[in-house]
Amino acid sequence: MTEHRTPLVEMRNISISFGGIHAVDNASIDLYPGEVVALLGHNGAGKSTLIKILSGAYKRDSGDILINGEAAEIRNPRDAKKYGIETIYQTLAVADNVDAAANLYLGRELQTRWGTLDDVAMEAKAREVMGRLNPNFKRFKEPVKALSGGQRQSVAIARAILFDARILIMDEPTAALGPQETAQVGELIKQLKKEGIGIFLISHDIHDVFDLADRVSVMKNGQVVGHARTEDVTKDEVLGMIILGKVPSKAIPGPGAMKI
Amino acid sequence: MADTLQSSTSGGARQAEANPVTRFFRATEIDTRLLGMVGALLIIWVGFHIMTGGLFLTPRNLWNLSVQTASVAVMATGMVLVIVTRNIDLSVGSILGFSGMIMGVLQAQMLPQLMGFNHPATWVVALAGGLLVGAAIGALHGSIIAFLNVPSFIVTLGGLLVWRGATWFVTSGQTVAPMNASFRLMGGGTEGSIGATASWVVGALACMAIVVAIINARQQRKRFHFPRRPLWAEYFLCVLSCAIVMGAIFVANSYYWPVNIARKYAEANNIPWPEAGLFIPHGIAIPVLMAIAVGIVMTFIATRLRFGRYVFAIGGNPEAAELAGIKTRWVTVKIFTLMGVLCAIASAISTARLNAATNAQGELDELYTIAAAVIGGTSLAGGTGTIAGAMLGALVMQSLQSGMVLLGIDTPFQRIVVGVVLVMAVWLDTIYRARAK
Repeated sequence: MTEHRTPLVEMRNISISFGGIHAVDNASIDLYPGEVVALLGHNGAGKSTLIKILSGAYKRDSGDILINGEAAEIRNPRDAKKYGIETIYQTLAVADNVDAAANLYLGRELQTRWGTLDDVAMEAKAREVMGRLNPNFKRFKEPVKALSGGQRQSVAIARAILFDARILIMDEPTAALGPQETAQVGELIKQLKKEGIGIFLISHDIHDVFDLADRVSVMKNGQVVGHARTEDVTKDEVLGMIILGKVPSKAIPGPGAMKI
Repeated sequence: MADTLQSSTSGGARQAEANPVTRFFRATEIDTRLLGMVGALLIIWVGFHIMTGGLFLTPRNLWNLSVQTASVAVMATGMVLVIVTRNIDLSVGSILGFSGMIMGVLQAQMLPQLMGFNHPATWVVALAGGLLVGAAIGALHGSIIAFLNVPSFIVTLGGLLVWRGATWFVTSGQTVAPMNASFRLMGGGTEGSIGATASWVVGALACMAIVVAIINARQQRKRFHFPRRPLWAEYFLCVLSCAIVMGAIFVANSYYWPVNIARKYAEANNIPWPEAGLFIPHGIAIPVLMAIAVGIVMTFIATRLRFGRYVFAIGGNPEAAELAGIKTRWVTVKIFTLMGVLCAIASAISTARLNAATNAQGELDELYTIAAAVIGGTSLAGGTGTIAGAMLGALVMQSLQSGMVLLGIDTPFQRIVVGVVLVMAVWLDTIYRARAK
C-alpha cells in the first residue's frame, strides 16, 4: 500500500546536537500525502527539534530530507515554505502587536502596483479565510495580543493554510485550547487531510492526537523508538513506547527501541 | 463563546450604551494617546505664556520653536524604528557631528578649490557627501549589530566615542565656517523661509492631500465592504486637520522680518520705506518643511511598506518574524542605515543654522532624540511607536527648553526639569497603557 508510493516527506538519519547533547540522534520519519502522522514523546524527547529541522528553524548536522523523493535543501524558514512546508508552532509565533491580516501575510505581504502594502486586499482575504475557519472571528483591526487563545490559534492555522501548504506541521496544536476549539481543530485536520495535505501532529499527550492520526512515530531521548499504524496498536501500547521505549509486536522498531 | 454573543448582539447596542465621548472617539478613530500629548503640549504652551507675561504664544516664538525642533524631530523619526525593534542608538549626536564636519569641510575648504568659489552645485555635493557618510556609518553600526551579534547599546556607545573623536580629527579641532549661502537656507532664518505666498500654497496642497487621502481610504473600504467611519466623523477629521494646517501657516506668516533686514531689503530693491514700517512675512522655514517632509516619508515607510511592517513585527516577536521568513538581520542593517541618513539630514539643518561645523555639534542630541521618541509613545520594550508621536515628543522637549530660556532659568536647572519631565511622562504613559489593557 503506502509503501509503494513515494513519501511526501522523508527525513533520513537526521542528527543534531547542541553543545555536545544529542537532541536528535539518527532519526528517520516519513509522511505520505493525505496522511496524519502523530509524533509523540515526552517533553525533551527531541520531537520539536526534529520538526524544526524540517521547517527550517534549525540546521541539521547530518542526514537527508527528501520531498517527493527528491533531496531538498532546507536552510531557513523561507526554503521550507518554498517546498510547501508550513508550520504552526507551539508558541504560535505570531507578532502580538500587529493585526490578524498582517500576521497572516507576515513575510509574504501583498503589494500594490506601486510596491506599497495592499492592506485592504490582505484584510479582505483574511476575512475570507478566517470566515471559513472560525466564523465568529470579527476582530480584524485589533492587535493579535487582544485575542483569546483560540482566536490566536485560528490566526496561526489560517496563516499556514492560506498559502496552499502541502505539508503541515502542527506543534501541540490544541495545547492552549478549550474543548470546543479543540474539536474545531480536529474537524479542520480531517478537512485538510481530504485535500491531500500531509500533516505532522506533534504532542506529548497521546489523547490529543491518537484518534486523528493514521500512524504514530514515538521518540525518546532524541531517538526514534518505533512507528506503528494506529489501527494496529492500543493507546496503552503507545504509552509503553513513550514511557519505556517498549515496542509492541505490530510496530516497526527504530534505533531507540528498548533492547531486550 | 462569550465573545461571539457579545459581537453578535452587536456593536450597535454597545455603542448606544457608551457615553458620547467614548462614542465620539470610536467614530473618529482618533488616537487618544496622541490627543493626550497634544493636550500636554497645549498646557505647557499656555503655562509658559502666562508665566512669561505673554512672550510664549507669539508668532515669533512659535516660529523659532518650530525651527529649533526640526533637527531633533528628524532624528526622532528614525529613533522610533530603532527602538521599536528593541534596539537603541546612542551615537546619533556623534554621527550628526561627524557628518556635519564632513559637509562643512567639503563646502568651505575642498569644493571651492575643485569647483570654484560659490559654484551653484556646492551645497548639493556637500549635502550628498554628508548623507553618504551618515548612511555608511549607520550601515556599519547595523552590520556589527546584526551579523556580529554585538548589542546595539554597546555598538552605538562605541560609535558615540569614535565619531566624536573622528569629528575632532577632521580639522584637528578647528571650527569650520562660514557655510555656503545656498546650504545655509536649510538652517531657516529670514533667508531660509519660503515667504507668505508659497506658504499658503503649501497649506492648500496639504489640505487637498488630506481630503484626497480621506476620500481614498473611504472608497477602498467601501470596495471591500468593510465597516466605515460615520460620515460626520470624516467631515470632522477633514475640517479639523485643514484648520490646524492653515492655522500653523497663518502663525508662520504673522512673523515678519526684523526691521533692519526689511530696511536693507527695501534699499536693495528700491522700495520706498513706508511710514508704518515694511512687513514681510517669514512664512514656513525651510528646515521645518524638511522635517515635515521627513515625517511624512518616514510615516509612509513605517506604515505602507513591507520594510515598516517587518520592523514592527520584529519588535513584537523577533522569533515569529524570523520563523515567518523575514530576513531580520537585513532589516536591522537597513534601520540603522536609515538612522544614519536622518542624522546627516539633521546635521545639515543644524550646521546650516549655526553657519558653522564645530566639534561639539550634536552633543547630548542622542539623549534628546531618545527622550523625544519615548515621550512620543515609543515603548522601550519594543513593538510600539509612531513617527508623529516622536515628532510631537521633540516639540514638547523643545517647548520646555525654550520656555525656560524665556523665563531666564539657568541651564543646570533646565536640565533638571527636562530630566524630571522625561521620567514623569514615561510613568504617566505606563499608567495609561496599564489602563488601556
